[in-house]
Amino acid sequence: MTATIVEKIFSQKCGSEVRAGEVVMAPIDGAMIHDITGPLAIQKFYEMGGTQVFDPERIIMLFDHQIPADSIEAANNHVYMRKFAAEQGIHNYDINEGVCHQVTIEKGRAAPGEIVVGADSHTCMYGAAGAFATGIGSTDMGFALKFGALYFKVPETIRAEVSGKFQKRVGAKDLILRIANDIGADGATYKAIEFAGKTVRKLDMAGRMTLCNMAIEMGGKAGIVAPDKITWEYMKGRRKMKPFDLESDEDATFAERRSYNVSDLEPQVAVPHNVDTGVPVSRVAGTHVDQVFIGSCTNGRFEDLAEAAEVLGRKKFNPKIRVIIIPASRDEYLKTLKAGLIEKFVKAGALVEAPCCGPCMGGAFGLIAPGEVSLSTSNRNFKGRQGSTDGKVYLCSPATAAASAITGEITDPREV
Amino acid sequence: MAAKKTVPVRKVKESEGPVAKNARAWKFGDDIDTDAIIPGRFLIINNPDELGKHAFEGTRDEFAKKVQQGDVIVGGRNFGCGSSREHAPLALIGAGVKVVVARSFARIFFRNSINVGVLPVVCPDADKIADGAKIGLNIKEGNVVADGKTYAIEPVPAFMQGIIDAGGLVEYAKNVKELPTCTR
Repeated sequence: MTATIVEKIFSQKCGSEVRAGEVVMAPIDGAMIHDITGPLAIQKFYEMGGTQVFDPERIIMLFDHQIPADSIEAANNHVYMRKFAAEQGIHNYDINEGVCHQVTIEKGRAAPGEIVVGADSHTCMYGAAGAFATGIGSTDMGFALKFGALYFKVPETIRAEVSGKFQKRVGAKDLILRIANDIGADGATYKAIEFAGKTVRKLDMAGRMTLCNMAIEMGGKAGIVAPDKITWEYMKGRRKMKPFDLESDEDATFAERRSYNVSDLEPQVAVPHNVDTGVPVSRVAGTHVDQVFIGSCTNGRFEDLAEAAEVLGRKKFNPKIRVIIIPASRDEYLKTLKAGLIEKFVKAGALVEAPCCGPCMGGAFGLIAPGEVSLSTSNRNFKGRQGSTDGKVYLCSPATAAASAITGEITDPREV
Repeated sequence: MAAKKTVPVRKVKESEGPVAKNARAWKFGDDIDTDAIIPGRFLIINNPDELGKHAFEGTRDEFAKKVQQGDVIVGGRNFGCGSSREHAPLALIGAGVKVVVARSFARIFFRNSINVGVLPVVCPDADKIADGAKIGLNIKEGNVVADGKTYAIEPVPAFMQGIIDAGGLVEYAKNVKELPTCTR
């Protein structure tokens, strides 16, 4: 029998052949909780009669959404979680490391062939490391913490086959906005999206993370890229694992196969208030922006910031707008710092913050007022996502964000 | 292959029904995301009653003020998309809503709802239900009635039914001594 990569992961975990559509109680290799969904998950764990987590070594805890604590309530939530970590022997990265998804992958907490759950919808990003990873709610997480297993309906897979060579200043974010537009906000509900094809094979880990991160924006249960040389190279020093083959059989049963050629792909911008509204940048060029945010688990890596710096060149950011730049993790921050880019950004007029979710979730700082427009490299532009429901959020790549931050209006990065 | 079998939804006594006698339908559109249900800035709150006060704040401010215990939310496609925040179904519970009828649901919201005790009801004709309609749910017969018109609903997937039958995932988990994995 042929199988998709997702079916292979579940079959391997279960020790017998598991097919898409089946519901299994599968063991998990890792679980991630953060400061927003963690307190409820811990409460549920206790309500379920939990006393000891299934395996503290397999659980990762960190705070990223509201850090440093921006309210007494947030500080209280942090205290509650710290206490739990200490009591259970769970490693708590606390406020020190950055955005949960970036940190989970960086610390080798998700690896090829593993099943990882996170109490956050963008957990699907770990598919970039060849893991089956999915976002769950707090009650499911309470269950996972207690039992080390969870019910999964093994998803069918949509295979997105990507070919062609990106134009300069066009990349993974533009591709995923294009794919989201094609598949739609619920086109992948209950399904996994496998990103394949020559263009994906050539993409670096940063780009693969951007793709997998946004599978949820199509309703996807997981995004995944079959592990290859690039994946295994990345895993070195993070996990002691011998590389092995893991990929979908060419003749596996896919829910759909969709082909994309990126050679003619223009920079894309998702317009308010949905993610599947991507249009070529030319369609919205000239739109005034009040705030530009470059960062998040979607696009806060060194590669993203380096691209933004390249676009910036020796120019300055438009002083009439706010430019907020946030590396996704401590590691990414240090790389950016060592490359001299932090200084460059600060001198150009940006506000560079320490690693965290920042304005992306609209819960901490960087909120927009009624009537304001935010241009953001993050993953969601829902009404009110970054503050006022009378504000607007546009989504784009780091290159487009940087170009627009220079001019103060949405700008094609190929023209700067 | 997949067990496509579905079982009927648990029988609920009239007295314990999740929908009030004179329940009102609160109609929302397609792709209602969890940021709309409960904005990010309220996620520091974990108490359903407090969350309920901010349900749909900024999106539909009258909702939290006027919603009555046992009212029903009616959505279009992809209800509950976006963030995995369980605060969303908890805010609905806090606001007194225990049933959401929609054409389709986003996966995490659907599962969270069942886990915490909000019943997500798939109704292909949900779009035909008007805002403010007098609405009732007949789980036994498998339909919703809105302003006198009857619309069929889909049964809950079999494996989720087990969790509903147990009274939610917490109750289910309490009764599990040892959990065999990879059971189907």
